[in-house]
Amino acid sequence: MLYAILCYNDETVTSAWSEEKDRETMDRLAAVETRLANAGRLGPVARLLPTTSATTLRKGHDEPLIVDGPFAETKEQLLGFFIVDCADLEEALSAARDLAIANQEGGAYEIRPLAIYKPGEPKT
Amino acid sequence: MTDIAWIDKALTAARPQAMGALLRYFRNLDTAEEAFQEASLRALKTWPDKGPPRDPAAWLIFVGRNSGLDTIRRTSKQVPLPPEETLSDTSDAEADMADRLDGEHYRDDILRLLFVCCHPDLPSTQQIALALRIVSGLTVPQIARAFLVGESAMEQRITRAKARIAAAGLPFEVPDATQRRLRLTAVSAMIYLVFNEGYSAAEGNAPAARPLCDEAIRLGRLLLRLFPSDPESMGLAALMLIQHARTPARFDADGTLVLLEDQDRSRWNRPMIHEGLSLIDKAMRHRRPGPYQIQAAIAALHARANRPQDTDWQQIELLYASLERLQPSPVVTLNRSVAVSKTKGPRAALDLIETLSDRLSGYFHFHGVRGSYLLELGQTDAARIAFNRAIALANSVAEAAHIRAHLDRIEKDFAAAGSKKI
Repeated sequence: MLYAILCYNDETVTSAWSEEKDRETMDRLAAVETRLANAGRLGPVARLLPTTSATTLRKGHDEPLIVDGPFAETKEQLLGFFIVDCADLEEALSAARDLAIANQEGGAYEIRPLAIYKPGEPKT
Repeated sequence: MTDIAWIDKALTAARPQAMGALLRYFRNLDTAEEAFQEASLRALKTWPDKGPPRDPAAWLIFVGRNSGLDTIRRTSKQVPLPPEETLSDTSDAEADMADRLDGEHYRDDILRLLFVCCHPDLPSTQQIALALRIVSGLTVPQIARAFLVGESAMEQRITRAKARIAAAGLPFEVPDATQRRLRLTAVSAMIYLVFNEGYSAAEGNAPAARPLCDEAIRLGRLLLRLFPSDPESMGLAALMLIQHARTPARFDADGTLVLLEDQDRSRWNRPMIHEGLSLIDKAMRHRRPGPYQIQAAIAALHARANRPQDTDWQQIELLYASLERLQPSPVVTLNRSVAVSKTKGPRAALDLIETLSDRLSGYFHFHGVRGSYLLELGQTDAARIAFNRAIALANSVAEAAHIRAHLDRIEKDFAAAGSKKI
């Protein structure tokens, strides 16, 4: 069984970390990642850039509505995610639009650039 | 258990919001500052045991307002002090405060707080110092170090700035759309000043000024959170991020400035560049270009080039041309000439800047750039004169050293050519 572990914290606090503090934290996390990877249990790991760099595509309209900023509704829940390799935001939005057309059942896609991506290879 | 370092970061992060609201209550910068200070002290006392509140800013506003009122009552000596327990009992009120203070209110509070720091009567150095003190919460010694001035001089500068603001009257009306736009423009300019202070001071080999760049970026992100759909705010944040991303490559081991085309691009901070690029992509979708967006787009084109020879100079020239239309300035034209020299050659670039010589005759970069075009055209004597003029106008040792390298090369070539003749 695969599990996703999602990270939450106050970004105004974490983005104010000093370089040293950031590096130390990432190093400590990397030690745990290595342990999981050696056991063949680690899948992709990603760190997202701040929500200020996010764009949100709202579904459920005839043409999906694109708004600046992160997804901010609390009555909807995080159900899944895709990671796509794109030259720029336009390409990422076009991928999200295709997904929105394939699933028109409402909801939204938040498009957030990644700061760090490690693909990982779980054995299962 | 909540560790002190976390509390410190949380206080800094909540500061603009809390200070903005306290300024609205008390309509006086000093009272608001003291109230925030008092609330922070109480946070340091109570948060480690009770754990952090759900909304630190709301907690600080509530406690700060009470302690500010307390001070006002005590100094007016007419109303007796309220019992301590009514001041400290904040647990129930906190949730209520958080709801009431949500949303729009915060935005105008923070914008006002930033805006009072950029009063047009204040010289830019005072604006920056005041913003760092009031909004960012840097201490006077920290700010003094960044500006390379003494603490008492900095203390004086900030006190003078506060006095001027108090004399001019604080803007407490709720801004309409036009007012909000004007405030946003002034605040953006002030944030970019903070950034440039850090960026250019780093050239004088002053690591103490580096935090100013981080601070400006933090303020830029704050502005963007308040105005998530404003393309110029995206442009400003993108511009600062992309420029700051180059910092690890801007100086060699001796602390000498390394020019963009000589920088080791593998040392650029990639996540920071990606953040900047995605912001400029977002901004462009609005099709409402502005000076920050255009400058960010130029920085983005440099960032996208893996090697200097991959730089899209054609596009950069077009961007400088539109910046010239939007904000005509001889310095922008001078920058465009650099792109022209890459696409059309040094002769075209030289022709473009000849008309600027009156207005830029006292500007270091004008003579440096002009000298390098003349050198490329083989006009060594004229180049030498231009370079000497540049050295005389250099603002820092690094700038002078850079030009001197050109001169040394001329002399070496000259000597080599001379020895061949003999």
